[in-house]
Amino acid sequence: MSPPLLRCVDPGPLATIQDSGRHGWQRFGVSVAGAMDPVGLAIANLLAGNPPGTAAIEVTLLGGTWEAGADSVRLAIGGADFSLTIDGRPAAPGRAHTLQRGQRLALSAAANAARGYLAVAGGFDFEAVLGSRSTHLRSRLGGIDGGPIRTGQELPLALASAPAGPDLALDPAALPARPARIRAIPGPQDDAFTREGLETLFSADYTVTPEADRMGARLSGPKVQHAGGYNIVSDGIAPGSIQVPGAGQPIVLFADRQTTGGYPKIATVISADLGFLARCRPGDVVRFARTDLAGAAMHRRALADQLRRFAAALAPARGTASLDSARLLAHNLVDGVTDALAEP
Amino acid sequence: MTGERPRLLLAGDTALTVELSDTVDPAINARVIALDRALADAKLSGIVETVPTYRSLQIHYDPEAISIETLTATIERLAVDLDDTLAAGRRWTVPVAYGGQHGIDLDAVAERTGLTADEVVERHMAGDYRVYMIGFQPGFTYLGGLDPKLHLPRRETPRLKTPAGTISIGGIQAAVASIEAPSGWHLLGRTPVRAFDAARTDPFLFRPGDRIRFERISAADFDTLSQRAEDGWSPPCEAA
Repeated sequence: MSPPLLRCVDPGPLATIQDSGRHGWQRFGVSVAGAMDPVGLAIANLLAGNPPGTAAIEVTLLGGTWEAGADSVRLAIGGADFSLTIDGRPAAPGRAHTLQRGQRLALSAAANAARGYLAVAGGFDFEAVLGSRSTHLRSRLGGIDGGPIRTGQELPLALASAPAGPDLALDPAALPARPARIRAIPGPQDDAFTREGLETLFSADYTVTPEADRMGARLSGPKVQHAGGYNIVSDGIAPGSIQVPGAGQPIVLFADRQTTGGYPKIATVISADLGFLARCRPGDVVRFARTDLAGAAMHRRALADQLRRFAAALAPARGTASLDSARLLAHNLVDGVTDALAEP
Repeated sequence: MTGERPRLLLAGDTALTVELSDTVDPAINARVIALDRALADAKLSGIVETVPTYRSLQIHYDPEAISIETLTATIERLAVDLDDTLAAGRRWTVPVAYGGQHGIDLDAVAERTGLTADEVVERHMAGDYRVYMIGFQPGFTYLGGLDPKLHLPRRETPRLKTPAGTISIGGIQAAVASIEAPSGWHLLGRTPVRAFDAARTDPFLFRPGDRIRFERISAADFDTLSQRAEDGWSPPCEAA
């Protein structure tokens, strides 16, 4: 019997394995990596029946196509909306789907975010590197071989078949809401900027440029004015640091950020909002709002409450499991014929 | 030894930067490392990890597990009486192919400093550098001891890609890069030495407190040593 796996038919522009990150090694220059949108990762995992930080596939802009290489595989999606097909037939969004061996789940373009998460019930089965399965592309650490998921690659699964029980569906009303403004706390080097520079950051519209990846997003908008020079002696970089190089255009640093750097950091996006900011795509407009530690704590707890309510609102998807299986099996037979005819 | 009270700077709601100074100074760096050790010995719950740098200690924490008040009070107490005696580091000689394709900014640095390219190389090689910290990317080694004549601001726009082993300068700092990465620094040359190699028993070659000198090699020697590094070679070191 071959080991259970998920086969990548088409990874889209960039698909990587990510979990909640590689913590504890920044002192050696090892970046944390992990899901760009931890809320999206948690939603996909909860819907699949996993702990929220389980390693999942992070897809970028296009969701790709994935084939079950196990008796059955339960998959769930979070972080962005996609149209789904299973073996070419439309499948309902907002719920997990159990694929039978050979069935293919295809995701459309992401409708409303840069990235989405594809979680597998039971998770993947490969070695963690320095305590995490997250892929850090620049240092080629983690994932299966340090790189992005490639066409034809087979991702080993922990479970030989989907866990017993029905596929779960989410309540769209219970999805955590995206804040209208991204909240940030001034510092650690807000004193390297003029008062006008700070006011500009917290009042102007900034546009996400095409120079946006897992490391950071360069924004374009009114110039943020430095008080003096734009060089500091390199120090640590927190998640969500907004650094401003000499040209005055802010760069927000994300999961794959370097551990240290030498541009002054005017403010830091709060932990509750960082995943929502990471959903932005090139061309999206971002507005920042100033907050403090008390505000950050309030938003952090509100988000945790929303995720608890989201988990509590999960319910079996409509239609019984047995009917579902029969329908899926029928699709499998029909498409099996089609596939056979398509072979040269 | 006692010193000034550190500045405690918020870096969002999950990190705190403890700034002991805004300069590069071996005594300050020793205090950073001492504070990091004292904090580890205090065994506070809620500390996720710490990142010692030239002149500051960044503390990543879980704000639901430790309050900012407890964290700052502990730092201020520990900073009063730090034992900053440091174990002596090791001594390394790192081979560098300067200029040409390996150091594309050498001529521009010469122009901006009013030196010839050879004079820039000589001044860079004359330094007795101290490893201050590892950061930015796995094994990226930050060095203090750069000739003041070579102090230049960083590039206004960082390059999105520079090669593994890049030997660069930026501001008052010098560095040995380990892997391909973006950089806003000036590229003087390239070393075949791998500061980070995940396949090696000890993936990280250098440690804070080590001393480094650079020696000039030809582009041909660079190729030969790169091949040897591929097979696991790294330069010898001696105890200080």
